[in-house]
Amino acid sequence: MLVVELISGRTLDQGATVEEKLSEEYSKAVNYIELSEEDFKSLGLKEGDRVKISTEFGSVVVFAKKGEIPKGLAFIPMGPYANAVIDPATDGTGMPQFKGVMAKIEKTEEKVKTVRELLEAI
Amino acid sequence: MEDVICTFCGSVCDDGEFDAEKKKVKKFCRLGSAKFSEKERIKAPMVDGKEVSYETAIEKAAEILVNAKKPLLYGWASTANEAIRLGVILAEKLRGVYDQCASVCHAPGTLAVIEEGLPGATLGSVKNRADVVVFWGSNPAEAHPRHGMRYSISAKGLLIKDRKQRKVVVFDVRPTKTAKMADLFIQVKPGYDYAVISALRAILSGNADVVPSEVGGVAKEKLLQLAEMMKNAKYGAIFYGLGVTQSRGRDRNVENAIKLIQLLNRTTRWIIWPMRGHYNVVGAGEVPAWEVGYQYAIDFSRGYPRFSPAEFSAVEVLKRKDCDAALIVASDPAAHFPAAAVKHLKQIPVIQIDPFPNMTTLLAKVVIPSAVYGIEAEGTAYRMDGIPLRVKKILETSYWTDEKILEEILKRVEKLKG
Repeated sequence: MLVVELISGRTLDQGATVEEKLSEEYSKAVNYIELSEEDFKSLGLKEGDRVKISTEFGSVVVFAKKGEIPKGLAFIPMGPYANAVIDPATDGTGMPQFKGVMAKIEKTEEKVKTVRELLEAI
Repeated sequence: MEDVICTFCGSVCDDGEFDAEKKKVKKFCRLGSAKFSEKERIKAPMVDGKEVSYETAIEKAAEILVNAKKPLLYGWASTANEAIRLGVILAEKLRGVYDQCASVCHAPGTLAVIEEGLPGATLGSVKNRADVVVFWGSNPAEAHPRHGMRYSISAKGLLIKDRKQRKVVVFDVRPTKTAKMADLFIQVKPGYDYAVISALRAILSGNADVVPSEVGGVAKEKLLQLAEMMKNAKYGAIFYGLGVTQSRGRDRNVENAIKLIQLLNRTTRWIIWPMRGHYNVVGAGEVPAWEVGYQYAIDFSRGYPRFSPAEFSAVEVLKRKDCDAALIVASDPAAHFPAAAVKHLKQIPVIQIDPFPNMTTLLAKVVIPSAVYGIEAEGTAYRMDGIPLRVKKILETSYWTDEKILEEILKRVEKLKG
């Protein structure tokens, strides 16, 4: 188990598939988390492994990837997987905190849900 | 067809070439090419999953909206100004809430602008004049892929002729693709933008001695170097992104950055501008601003417009369960809102108007497919810098436009309300 600061954001793949939300391509574009090489290793992960992200606001299972990102920080593409765990508080601005949420990451054997299953689970 | 206008991101590139036979677009980036490629569409209007005529779906939609005490009308960033205008009128007639995608994107910047104003410029001005460009919490290489080439990094301008004459700085919490194109990359600790901006303001106002050796993970030497670069710029531009508006500090980060620009403008020329996401998210704010005075989070329940993002932004309204129906136009809140807000959306009747099936389609009671602006319909959109562009119709379609659908809903709402 590892605690990281989670940020979400756009990627080219997410943008290129955003008008095809029910496709497998879109799901693939947004259903992963990028961890630093060090954090990736410390969890004993290999490419394609799944991790469970848990925050105060929910949990979600995604694929783990190594990314060019500082240790202790993790990136997840914006979308339904990210939104299962980000902070919905807007501090009066209307904007939830999509970036900067503390998250627990652990290796899991649970499966990655489809976007339909994610919606059903809400 | 030449000079085709892209209706994907806020750069709204206007130099595409469309091959009608192959149905492919040239010159655009990967995002623009994806926009113009053929993809799955919502086949027909639907009520409770059953295909119906446009007229039946519109009748049902009007009925739901009129019977609601306080409907939420949300979306609007990927449609034309003509449709947005009707959306605002509809929200007023229904005594509902109008909110738009910027609410979960750049709206905190709007709050900062209310406080401080916005020293801005057109993208053309940046291309021709800017010798220093700073991307703060923005990553155009992934979100606005041609921005750098057309306006801000390698753009060939009138006075700044090429990349060599332009210094590019990137502020981010990670080395993004844009960071790799920069002359100077400054890695900030997440949530420390406000502190770093304050340190730059202190240095530029002659108080470098109060700045500690490190601020938000950035060494003082680097901040001194940047301050010098900013001061010596003939024309500088900060393009800020969601790294600033979606993290700790939100609107206050933008407000502080505008104050930094005001300070720089005492001795040289600087502008600051948001990297707007959807092609007409500016219109989704400007149109209600010229119709009723506010950009987003507008409540009409008392018969006149009130602005309060803490109460009337879509996420707050949904979390509070303070709407009993929703009309979602050109957006997918079921995918892009936090789960706590989606929960209520699943409990109320939702009407969706969109060209493409998405997660909101899965929970919508009434689904009305529409034509794609810039491909199947013409209309007006504001580029990210507020320049209005007339997007073109390049293909015929049997889908109705958002404008026509909303016009018909409005007519029926007026009839039902008597």
